[in-house]
Amino acid sequence: MMPFKPVLLWTDLLIFLLFAGVAAFALYVRRHEHLAASWRRVVRDPAGMAALVVLVAYVAIGLMDSVHFRLPLANHGGETGRYYSAEVLSLLDVVASPLREHVEKTYSAPFATHLYAKEAIVLPDGRRIRGYPRLKYGGAQLAHPERERGPDILYTALAAAGKAALLWALLGYGLVQWLARRQRRSAAAVWAAMWRGGGEIPWRSLLATLGAILLLVFLAIGLGPKYHVLGTDKVGQDVFYQALKSIRTGLVIGTLTTLVMLPFALLLGIMAGYLRGWADDVIQYIYTTLNSIPSVLLIAAAVLIMQVYIESNPDLFDTVAARADIRLLFLCIILGVTSWTGLCRLLRGEALKLRELDYVQAAQAFGVGHWRIISRHILPNVMHIVLISVVMDFSGLVLAEAVLSYVGVGVDPSTQSWGNMINSARLEMAREPMVWWSLLAAFVFMFGLVLAANVFADVVRDAFDPHAEARRIPSAVLSRLFGRRPDGESHG
Amino acid sequence: MADGGHLLQVERLRTWLASGDAVVRAVDGVSFSLEQNQTFALLGESGCGKSMTALSLMRLLPENGRIVSGSVRLHGQDLTALPEVAMRGVRGRQIGMIFQEPMLSLNPVMPVGEQIAEVLHRHGPVEGRRAVRGRVAELLRAVGIPDAAHRFDAYPFQLSGGMKQRVMIAMSLAGKPDLLIADEPTTALDVTIQAQVLQLMRDLQAASGMSILLITHDLGVVAEMAHRVAVMYAGEIVELADRERFFGAPFHPYSRKLFAALPGWGKRTQKLEVIGGSVPSLTGTFRGCRFAPRCDLVWGLCHEAVPPWREVSPGQWARCHLTEGRRAAPAVAPAGLREAAPVPVAAAGEALLRVEDLRVHFPVHKGVFKRVAALVKAVDGVSLSIQRGRTLALVGESGCGKTTVAKGILQLIRPSGGRVYFAGTELTTLKRSTLRRRRGEFQFIFQDPYASLNPRMPIADIIEEGMVALGVGASKEERHRRIDDILAQVGLSAEARQRYPHEFSGGQRQRVAIARALAVGPKLIICDEPTSALDVSVQAQILNLLKRLQDELGLTYLFITHNLSVVEYLAHDVAVMYLGRIVEQGSAPEVLGRPAHPYTRALLSAVPVIERAAGRPVMRLQGDPPSPLAPPPGCHFHPRCPEALPICSGTEPPLVQISPTHGTRCHLHGPGIS
Amino acid sequence: MTGYIVRRILYAIPILIGVNLLTFALFFVVNTPDDMARIHLGVKHVTPQAIAKWKREHGYDKPLLLNPGRRGLERFTDTIFYEKSVGMFAFRFGRSDDGRDIGYDIRTRMGPSLAIAVPVFMLGLLVNVSFALLMVFFRGTYLDFWGVVLCVALMSISGLFYIIAGQYLFSKLWHLVPISGFAGGLSAFKFVILPIAIGVVSGIGSGARWYRTIFLEEAGKDYVRTARAKGLSEPRVLFRHVLANAMIPILTGSVVVIPLLFMGSLITESFFGIPGLGSYTIDAINAQDFAIVRAMVFLGSVLYIIGLVLTDISYTLVDPRVRLE
Repeated sequence: MMPFKPVLLWTDLLIFLLFAGVAAFALYVRRHEHLAASWRRVVRDPAGMAALVVLVAYVAIGLMDSVHFRLPLANHGGETGRYYSAEVLSLLDVVASPLREHVEKTYSAPFATHLYAKEAIVLPDGRRIRGYPRLKYGGAQLAHPERERGPDILYTALAAAGKAALLWALLGYGLVQWLARRQRRSAAAVWAAMWRGGGEIPWRSLLATLGAILLLVFLAIGLGPKYHVLGTDKVGQDVFYQALKSIRTGLVIGTLTTLVMLPFALLLGIMAGYLRGWADDVIQYIYTTLNSIPSVLLIAAAVLIMQVYIESNPDLFDTVAARADIRLLFLCIILGVTSWTGLCRLLRGEALKLRELDYVQAAQAFGVGHWRIISRHILPNVMHIVLISVVMDFSGLVLAEAVLSYVGVGVDPSTQSWGNMINSARLEMAREPMVWWSLLAAFVFMFGLVLAANVFADVVRDAFDPHAEARRIPSAVLSRLFGRRPDGESHG
Repeated sequence: MADGGHLLQVERLRTWLASGDAVVRAVDGVSFSLEQNQTFALLGESGCGKSMTALSLMRLLPENGRIVSGSVRLHGQDLTALPEVAMRGVRGRQIGMIFQEPMLSLNPVMPVGEQIAEVLHRHGPVEGRRAVRGRVAELLRAVGIPDAAHRFDAYPFQLSGGMKQRVMIAMSLAGKPDLLIADEPTTALDVTIQAQVLQLMRDLQAASGMSILLITHDLGVVAEMAHRVAVMYAGEIVELADRERFFGAPFHPYSRKLFAALPGWGKRTQKLEVIGGSVPSLTGTFRGCRFAPRCDLVWGLCHEAVPPWREVSPGQWARCHLTEGRRAAPAVAPAGLREAAPVPVAAAGEALLRVEDLRVHFPVHKGVFKRVAALVKAVDGVSLSIQRGRTLALVGESGCGKTTVAKGILQLIRPSGGRVYFAGTELTTLKRSTLRRRRGEFQFIFQDPYASLNPRMPIADIIEEGMVALGVGASKEERHRRIDDILAQVGLSAEARQRYPHEFSGGQRQRVAIARALAVGPKLIICDEPTSALDVSVQAQILNLLKRLQDELGLTYLFITHNLSVVEYLAHDVAVMYLGRIVEQGSAPEVLGRPAHPYTRALLSAVPVIERAAGRPVMRLQGDPPSPLAPPPGCHFHPRCPEALPICSGTEPPLVQISPTHGTRCHLHGPGIS
Repeated sequence: MTGYIVRRILYAIPILIGVNLLTFALFFVVNTPDDMARIHLGVKHVTPQAIAKWKREHGYDKPLLLNPGRRGLERFTDTIFYEKSVGMFAFRFGRSDDGRDIGYDIRTRMGPSLAIAVPVFMLGLLVNVSFALLMVFFRGTYLDFWGVVLCVALMSISGLFYIIAGQYLFSKLWHLVPISGFAGGLSAFKFVILPIAIGVVSGIGSGARWYRTIFLEEAGKDYVRTARAKGLSEPRVLFRHVLANAMIPILTGSVVVIPLLFMGSLITESFFGIPGLGSYTIDAINAQDFAIVRAMVFLGSVLYIIGLVLTDISYTLVDPRVRLE
């Protein structure tokens, strides 16, 4: 018998499909030189690579959080068969179980050892006073928190930093050795080239970013179980854990939204531009109509209706997680419906241009059918637009989630998300002194993801947009090339 | 050759461009000088660095370019050392510049008068609104813009290409510069307009005494305009001489190759000379002569030492190791029309393609309900026929409807009227499915080899696509064998199969396009300006290939072009088109030798030629071709025709047969007149 | 021009009908009047009689799309869809589900919305274009580089953060302006200044970067080289030539939103307690008042279509090549 029961939520399925799709696409690109050329420009960009490392870290956490299962309940009284907990856990929950399980009574500040609110405390001698009680978990190992907390944090942090540095050095050493063998150069030469930032792949910025992430990971591993590094919220849950759990929600909304509607945008946009005539009129009518409805209102209306539907059909969902998940997926779909029109219009314009190009005319002169022309001549030549638009939309959607959750039409309240964190913390803004850590944690985590996504999107756009060549300022290249005026050496 | 008296003296100019991680040495040590009232032509093929030289003089390089060494002295003052602010006083005031694309070079949202006035405000002594407007009108009149006083407020889009280039010239002259740099000023223009603009530049030079630095790839333009000529190759000047000496006896093997590659009447029976290989990459330095890998006369020293710059005969300088003894190959004498080789008389064969009264009209929608308000008669009653194995050249200026004729014949655009008989079958009424099966028999080669190949498909897929669609070749293996054969036939190796279009040069791409058409076994190929995007030396390769394929496979060509020397070289029959109608057609010797229609004569006389045949009258057309939206009544040509009769503006001229094979639509040849 | 506007109005009708059908389907087919009545009556009072009464009072006691009990045209007109939609076309929005006059609400709430949205739009455009021009003027230098970095960083920050941080700093910490609320007349200034400032700042990142891209694209064109060849100074090239041409794409993005300014900003208004249409909408969503939401959807669509027409008209002002036919 299995020690647990796997649970495959809808969004999990789509995420894994997406992941497989991306992997397959990467393989395909490797085998096709003309596609790989653009990606090589991405890979050579130091900022792009640093952003990619950050994104990979986020995605890794998100993927861990997408492996769901239900643990068995302890067997009571010789019952036959197994019963599974109604609580759906993810791999991340298990890895971060200290964070998940260390639930305090209510608010506590980051690295606090005492609660944030005064309570009646019963002292060992039976007296009752009003004061700040000790936390159940945060800094519980300290006998005299006033004196020991500082040194303990410092010591733990230094130990974590040491471990991170060691692992980082090992990885760096391995990389240098591997490169040296591949390039048939001495390790010292490889190291020197890397240090100068030269070479095909910007290893220096890759390693630097990796180092920073390793440091954060080890700090979290070291300090997380001992303290609430980002404090706790109203019901005493660890804010750091909430912020980690929110990553998956952000990623799901950022990716699935565009991908859910992508086939429609592609098909309709290309059909409108290529076929023209009445098909164009109908498709234009559809997207103008959809576009003319204020998107927040459309989303609000759709989400409200979804809510009514879920409430009236509670038996369709066996767990809270499944219910929250279907609402998340539905939010993605409805966000997609409101956002696909832009891409559709872009694609229509591009298809209009492409259909007049000579190579499409040449195919028509051979009597090649419409679908073949669309799939072989139009589609491959608009894919760069699709790619650019998907990466550019990602960050906007992550930010939109927060706003929608604030309006009350975002993800399910039981789903961990940055929007929900901000929304619940906002209510405490009037409190004196302010409870700031939930807000800050949500904003910082969101900022990290969105910034990395924006930087990466910029690099991708510059690499794939044929017009970007003119915009790009090769100042770095120029200064490298023209830094020294060549002396009068001449041969002619 | 340096002394203080030159207007412009360029010394060892080097301009480098950053391209990715590499440096392209676009201009690599160019020196020349320019006198007062002189036209100096910088001649070269694309990518040789001639435009970069011009932009370096103006210090208007793109952001990835830098002048790395050398000097540019104007009146003895080194422009490369001037601060940017001072350089702005030179631009427009001392040096004026006009560019290749008048359509893109004017600000589309600013009235042209204001664009000219900007120069006056910046440099000129003209003060006051009224005075500025008066001066602008004066300038517009000087460049031959009709109704100049009212053109001040016109926007560029309201002017034709030729008019825009005139505005550009007016703008560059507004500051009364000593030097005018003209970067391919007529390349984007039609041949009759080109003749007007070149004439204008000559007149203005005569009136003002300015110097012109003319940058061009066209030997004919050089012959008509230049006093001195410099030939550029791979970032260097390889030859510099007076016009007479250069056209009389070009020294450098590259210069001579350029002459030999020109198509023309005299070369009909022979293959055109081609330059093998391609221009070397300019990212590195050279040990020997840059042209050595492509030179027929190469010898040991060429690969080992950079050739010196030396005076090979008085007033003629070249960068070449060849001595007189080694220059064994005879200089090629440019051939005129008179020494024409005989052309086979039209064989009375059966017509493979017969077009009768073809019409293609495009509706113009207007009003609330988008009703059809007008028709653009792009093709308005075209009849022609081509016999098997022959080449019919369809000649005309841009916008005359020649490409639309081709698409109408191929049924890529369904014609509005008329009939197209191909090998006896009427195509316009064929069902879509039947038509699809026959598409292999008539194929198309496009003008721009960069746009006609899908960049995302390897060559093999590009060629195979048509074969699959038309069911050529039973199996994949058979098709692949055939692709290899055809690639060999067009002069590409079988390794090309798995490569992508961007890995090929323009000429190679055009070979791929030809291979794609050949793969489905066509009888008729319509070539739409297949060489107009290519350099002369590459054009020669493609023309040779087309001619060889015709001999080997018995292909029939409908060759659409505006380039009359190509027509002279290739065509058996010629049809001349003007504004949707054919005005003259007949065998090549008849039409080119004894043109009957005034338009044909004007067209022939507008082509810049290296040696104008004595006694041939020069005929310059005035004005622009009218819009096909509102063609003039009667004969479309009558408003521009110097010999127009009263009847021409009223009645459309009928077809008059001058000989059994030669016909024209002109009242001058009407029964009552001739 | 007249013909063009007539055509656009004719074209708008099917779009508005489509919008109405879509919202109608969303609100009524999935969520029947009975459900709505139940929600509004609350759990305790749900009896069939109460539901019927509520429906009659609010005009929901008719068939949805087709009335089989009637004849002729009335089969279509005597329905909820017809009654609730046709009024919209005459801008009669009817009453909200709790009995308020929606038209009156919209009229009174428009003012506060505009008091914030219009300055944000104008100032935002000004600031973004200026910042972008500055970066383009110094293109290729460190100023440009760090300008772009700043833009990317600014646009990566959630809009909510700007609001919360602004309120915390200016209202809570420094007590410069009230945290929220609104007043008519001149005293409105102290209430709207912070929301306006935050609205402008939060838009700089994406706005300035987008305009910079447009300017750079224009600056690479041939006519700019011509302008330089005339000896014009760089500011003149930038303002007279680049800016004039860049106005075309800038207008596409800007003019279309001008009519939508009436709708206000959902988040800003609700955070700052501005009694505008944005907070009106949010309240309606939270109260599940579908009559108001439907009215706002319709209003939004009309304004969007007006925006499209205005965009086309504005093209004729900046681009002499465009003639409306």
